[in-house]
Amino acid sequence: MNWEMVMGLEVHLQLATQSKIFSGSSTQFGGAPNEQADAVDLGMPGMLPVLNEEAVRFAVRFGLGIGARIGERSVFDRKNYFYPDLPKGYQVSQFFAPIVCEGLFEVPLEDGSFFPVRITRAHLEEDAGKSVHDIFSQETGIDLNRAGTPLLEIVTEPDFRTAEQAVSYLKALHSLVTYLGISDGNMAEGSMRCDINISLREKGSEGLGTRSEIKNVNSFRFVERAIHSEYARQADLLESGQTITQETRLYDAEQNTTRSMRSKEVANDYRYFPEPDLLPIVLDKEYIEAVRASLPELPEAKRARFANEFALSKYDAALLVPNHAMADYFESVVKSCGSPKLAANWILGDLSGALNRHEMTIQNSPISANRLGGLIARIEDGTLSSKLAKQVFDALWDQEGDADQIIAARSLKQVSDSGALETMVEDVISQNPDQVAQYLAADEVKRKKLSGFFVGQIMKASKGQANPKILNELLLRKLTDQS
Amino acid sequence: MVDTKLLTTPVSQLRQLLQERDISSVELTQAYLNQIDAVNGALNAVITICREQALEEARVADAQLAKGQAKPLTGIPILHKDIFCTHGVRTTCGSRMLDQFIPAYDATVVSKLKAEGVVVLGKCNMDEFAMGSSNETSYFGSVKNPWNLDCVPGGSSGGSAAALAAGMAPLVTGTDTGGSIRQPASLCGITGLKPTYGRVSRLGIIAFASSLDQAGPMARTAEDCALALTVMAGVDAGDSTSADMPVPDFHAALNTDIEGLRIGLPREYFNDDLDDAVRNRVMTGLGELEKAGATLVDIDLPHSHYAIATYYVIAPAEASANLARYDGVRFGHRCDKPKDLVDLYLRSRSEGFGEEVQRRILVGTYALSAGFYDAYFNKAQQVRRIIAQDFHRAFEDVDVIAGPSAPGVAFPFGAKQQDPVAMYMEDIYTLAVNLAGLPGLSTPAGLIDGMPVGLQLIGKPFDEQTILNMAHRLQLDTDWHMAHPNLEISAS
Amino acid sequence: MPVSPEDIKNVALLARLSISTSDLAEVTERFGRVLQLVDELNTIDTSEVMPMSNPHDMEQRLRQDAVTETNNREALMASAPAQEQGYFLVPKVID
Repeated sequence: MNWEMVMGLEVHLQLATQSKIFSGSSTQFGGAPNEQADAVDLGMPGMLPVLNEEAVRFAVRFGLGIGARIGERSVFDRKNYFYPDLPKGYQVSQFFAPIVCEGLFEVPLEDGSFFPVRITRAHLEEDAGKSVHDIFSQETGIDLNRAGTPLLEIVTEPDFRTAEQAVSYLKALHSLVTYLGISDGNMAEGSMRCDINISLREKGSEGLGTRSEIKNVNSFRFVERAIHSEYARQADLLESGQTITQETRLYDAEQNTTRSMRSKEVANDYRYFPEPDLLPIVLDKEYIEAVRASLPELPEAKRARFANEFALSKYDAALLVPNHAMADYFESVVKSCGSPKLAANWILGDLSGALNRHEMTIQNSPISANRLGGLIARIEDGTLSSKLAKQVFDALWDQEGDADQIIAARSLKQVSDSGALETMVEDVISQNPDQVAQYLAADEVKRKKLSGFFVGQIMKASKGQANPKILNELLLRKLTDQS
Repeated sequence: MVDTKLLTTPVSQLRQLLQERDISSVELTQAYLNQIDAVNGALNAVITICREQALEEARVADAQLAKGQAKPLTGIPILHKDIFCTHGVRTTCGSRMLDQFIPAYDATVVSKLKAEGVVVLGKCNMDEFAMGSSNETSYFGSVKNPWNLDCVPGGSSGGSAAALAAGMAPLVTGTDTGGSIRQPASLCGITGLKPTYGRVSRLGIIAFASSLDQAGPMARTAEDCALALTVMAGVDAGDSTSADMPVPDFHAALNTDIEGLRIGLPREYFNDDLDDAVRNRVMTGLGELEKAGATLVDIDLPHSHYAIATYYVIAPAEASANLARYDGVRFGHRCDKPKDLVDLYLRSRSEGFGEEVQRRILVGTYALSAGFYDAYFNKAQQVRRIIAQDFHRAFEDVDVIAGPSAPGVAFPFGAKQQDPVAMYMEDIYTLAVNLAGLPGLSTPAGLIDGMPVGLQLIGKPFDEQTILNMAHRLQLDTDWHMAHPNLEISAS
Repeated sequence: MPVSPEDIKNVALLARLSISTSDLAEVTERFGRVLQLVDELNTIDTSEVMPMSNPHDMEQRLRQDAVTETNNREALMASAPAQEQGYFLVPKVID
């Protein structure tokens, strides 16, 4: 049977506020257990929530960033269920009237085309705490530091048919939210977690099959693998004539399988109702327009501008733009050297390679944009050959100074003085009459090959510092003069 | 030695005695502590006594008084309903669930009064989680009505009302979700004010029904209530539902001229269902106000009938969520040796909560559950608006609405315990006021066969001043508020 | 709407309350009386009425995004019934 996958995604995005959504505790990751949970976060008797304005602003930024409709009057609701990491026995969320309503997100694909994803809604809610299973033998430990961290839950329509589409969407979303400055996007720390609703149907059919929900997948790679694994599981079941159970599943990265979540076995009835401790958030046009005016240039606009302003290839732009820091770095390099193409090559080539090898990000690159620009400028003006440039790059990485200092210290300056080069060429020609004769007897094609001998000799004599371009011109002229 | 008359003296006079140094706060505090020692054994109105702390606070107050730095309530002893969280002092909410709970914070009301220099004598018994109208649901046992020890004091602020009536404090705090200040005030013969919803911060008050709960003062006189409300009221950054409205000095603004004010009498309150003796007392009170220049007019609140059904959906629904935090994990009662998570929840909650609380959690859970939300909760919220609109329409024509505070006088223990619905009817004249978020006040209107009965005055939103003025005028013209129970309690 | 003991058991589980078999009949009967009282709501037409969650229809105020709370774990966990190494403890949970 030929199956088609139908998927919708729910992304829980931690918003990069300083304090929690309803309390003044810090949202910082990694504190000692329960040291960043105040009486509100612990759901102590008599405590009340007070809404963080930055969380609201971030949600609106997101909505405007994807061109969605902003709910002018959105309401918080209580989602009721019992779980030890949910202190109040309800999660404050938005069910009936979310802050971000329907929108369309154009996801750029590698081939330069766009894949439209319908955003159903995005709503504000509070994160739960963490259950720790591996410290105590008989018990589970509850750490509520994360409880009350602001989340934006972004829900799509079931528009995805392949794992690649899903991952492209998540990558584009990740890029967008870091551009908007509303999340640090640190997936390893759980800043972006994805629930995948997935069902199968016969190709060509219009109906929807029974879906399972894979919870809390927290890397692009795992999303892709979880989807493939769940697809295989559901296809096997359907092909052997069995049915799919609607359930919540967990992705186990070690086994590369999904398994049913025991804690979610009891069917839930969340009993949503408007949170009486909070009032409706009313956003007027003025507020929304002020947020809109504060939006930075977003990835799509930047991509177009880079293509226009810097004549960058779509390919280079697609690699540079998604990472906001890298795009900024690129612009700084271009500013200091004036050569967009070389800048893109060096950033995407040597610099990215070195950063990857050292498991570093561009934010903490040991080579500043200015210094890389300085290096490129010396390539442009002929001071450095590409070979010398690589030596200078390595020295820049090791913090030996800026490009000019390194060139001076290592006497790496390329010999471009035609007088000096001419002498060298003449010397080589006079010392190698046989090779000259051979050269002169050869046809065009062979001559090209034979000229390599002379270049090699001269490079050796100049310790690699001869300007190859000028050298080639001179050599050709002198050899031709011999005939 | 302190004159026992002191125990029935209003705050407005006590503060003068304090400021003129005729008496010290320590003496006053000791007098009330002595009275608590003498009568609480029989009444069970106070469940935590802060003896040493109170005397220390009194000494600090005396120092301030001596330096002439006193504020209006400096040195005045008070008792808090045990629903207000008190930093370092056990706060039980009348429940086994919290019988060991010691908050690490003060409710805003508590800290505001503290900043004023009041002396906290202790915490008052109450219906468990404020759910009850007789104080019979408290885990710490029933409170006795000082007017008749065989009768209930009303509830849920029954401990507060009984303590005040019995001279254990000159001022007490209460909360009112459906009548919990006004009904016990009526049954114990004192003055109780439920302010407009949002007037007083709810932060640190253990929640029953968030959109209905409101804290207020209970005292001997309307004047004392005005003094206390001025301190208790005000917007609180920590309570999103507290109203950002200017707070007048209700006491300074007290005005006894009620000439020309129009008082609406809802036909739906004064119908054939109203007990004749209660009608008689309420009408006598209103007659006094008429003599003072007010005009009585008949009005309609056509949907009054629906208030009780509306209330008993909304309040339990909100409570079912508010009480979900009591799960035996972070605070509160935890069952012995839970075998798994579900066992921990089921046993901790069933052991920790009493019958009425569990019933309301069940009703609220049911009203919110899949398939019933529209028929119950949403419907009730719609009817709530209709009921509120009735009041707003009526207030286009009148300044104050008046009625009984409770359907009768205090009843004997057990009389309504078997039938929850009969108990719910105790609040039939009060709970619509909570649904509409209006201020309401109960002031004594004399006795029926030796037992007190209250007159309820309902004001426009944020117009506590007018009902305080009217009650104050009534208390100047009558002495019903000066009637005190004849407490002949053997030292049992 | 009449409720059965089975309904009550389901609602009780949802609310994490346990009702002993011996109490179930009485709980159901008293619950039924309350439900009868609130069923009164069905007799009023509300088709054009906005639900009311707050008596004053006020709007939410916003708080500045600032960390105002410092670690107060010791005091806040003082009344925790079971704790170790700064964690609250519950019986082992298996996801």
